[in-house]
Amino acid sequence: MSELSEEQHEVRQGSEGAPYDDGSTLGMKIENLSAFYGSFKAVTDVSIDIRANKVTALIGPSGCGKSTFIRCLNRLHEMIPGAHAQGCVMLGEQDIYNKSADPVVIRRRVGMVFQKPNPFSKSIYENVAWGARINGYRGDMDELVERSLRQAALWEEVKDRLKESGYGLSGGQQQRLCIARTLAVEPEVILMDEPASALDPVSTQKIEDTMAELKQSYTVVIVTHNMQQAARISDYTGFFYIENMGDPGRLWEFDETEKMFSNPDRKETEDYVTGRFG
Amino acid sequence: MAQSGTQVKQPEGGAERPEFKASMSTRYGLDRAFTVLVTVAALVGIVVLVVLVVDVIRDGSTMLSPKFLTSFPSQIFPENGGVYPALIGSVWLLGLTALISVPLGLGAAVYLEEYATDTRINRMIEINISNLAGVPSVIYGLLGLGIFVQLLAPVTGGTSVLAGALTLSLLILPVIIVATREALRAIPGSIREGGFALGATRWEVIRSHLLPMALPGALTGIILALSRAIGEAAPLLVVGVSLYQTYATTGPFDGYMALPTQIYDWISRPQQVFQDSAAAGIVVIMAVLLLANSVAIVLRNRFEKRA
Repeated sequence: MSELSEEQHEVRQGSEGAPYDDGSTLGMKIENLSAFYGSFKAVTDVSIDIRANKVTALIGPSGCGKSTFIRCLNRLHEMIPGAHAQGCVMLGEQDIYNKSADPVVIRRRVGMVFQKPNPFSKSIYENVAWGARINGYRGDMDELVERSLRQAALWEEVKDRLKESGYGLSGGQQQRLCIARTLAVEPEVILMDEPASALDPVSTQKIEDTMAELKQSYTVVIVTHNMQQAARISDYTGFFYIENMGDPGRLWEFDETEKMFSNPDRKETEDYVTGRFG
Repeated sequence: MAQSGTQVKQPEGGAERPEFKASMSTRYGLDRAFTVLVTVAALVGIVVLVVLVVDVIRDGSTMLSPKFLTSFPSQIFPENGGVYPALIGSVWLLGLTALISVPLGLGAAVYLEEYATDTRINRMIEINISNLAGVPSVIYGLLGLGIFVQLLAPVTGGTSVLAGALTLSLLILPVIIVATREALRAIPGSIREGGFALGATRWEVIRSHLLPMALPGALTGIILALSRAIGEAAPLLVVGVSLYQTYATTGPFDGYMALPTQIYDWISRPQQVFQDSAAAGIVVIMAVLLLANSVAIVLRNRFEKRA
């Protein structure tokens, strides 16, 4: 061990699933990931070890590539015409950008909740059941729907109207419905792109409570513009930043949330988390 | 109006607020004038339609009877004649045209909206489809004559009802495609992303979410398109509709008569009885249209409710 540099040491630990110093294990290992829109490079050279069963928050000014970055983690980025990503993203033993990786399978394993609630134009029950059904779920569907809705803290509010349209719910309920439908396909990682930015404080609170529950069984990556939220809910925080206009966004600093908010290494991080810009 | 010009001074030497001067009586006057204008516009359409329908029903009343629907047209005893073969032919045309054009139109729209990338060829296809909607129907007749009646005679049986329906399908495809594309485009991208993010394939997203959501809009286009198809006479005359035949169409490869061409035939004869028959024929074609449209509207409402 001693002859390995610290970085190599960590790589070995991660790939073997051995715990880090704080007892966490590797959930997703991202190496030199860059994202493009056509020839425009939006994000460059991001490398992060996402810890399993932890909440990782990504913060930073608008337009610095946070959303683009997490959309690369379930290969959704490439669905935009002309967009593509380069690099290596290890999910367990699989590089999701390897030629043999099937994006449809990857997207089941890495779920996503979007900024604006986007329930399907179907009943509440069908919203949750649909993803599981197309992915060939063989178990008891009623049970899965109930369990997913309970995990998303929505069951009590909707149990008597499962057959009604998901559009009849409030914004906060719709967002929890979207979380429930993501949980129903049993992903390993859940990506959340500003899931509470369109919601009122009460709904936001419910979503945050849900997230605290979720990290027991899932790895969560959340993009947020709300610094207090990042500080409250996350274990790790990554700060994205663009130094000069027109440059691609890059990961400026990544560390434990506590350190990022109290004693970050870089000045820009400190300026941002203390609200001096952004 | 006293308050309309009131100035409010900012306290403590702040900049003077901008003034708002407007005559409310002028604004409300314009409002009322516009209301009258659009009401008149709507009334003109309704009144003309009512006059037309009443006039046609009055002219056709002498001929209209259940027997009119079940009799063949007759030159010797025109007062005993009817629209039976033309009615059956038009129903065949309508059914076959719907069967051909709806899946093709939906498919083409889904391809152009959901699959096609923004290449030069695809842009050309798009522009062409929009332009096709404006081509005179008789041109489609000539195309149908060349392709379906002559070239594909071994398949269509020449001047068959199938060849007629294929021609009418070409005619209305652009309308269906454009309407369906509009409906697909109105669905927010977040629905597609939500589906993909759950590990759905493109087809699964289209089948489960996009098509059901687009269907009400698409059906509106389909209703308009089929209404146009059933009223067309010109292209059918070119592709060989029968002006008289002794049998009713019983299969896709049979010859056929059609209501618009039957009406056209009657109306060109000077005798009053034929003029009355034409009027009665128009009533029948309107009834068929109404029936077909109400089926489509019921379907649309059902999908809208589900959506």
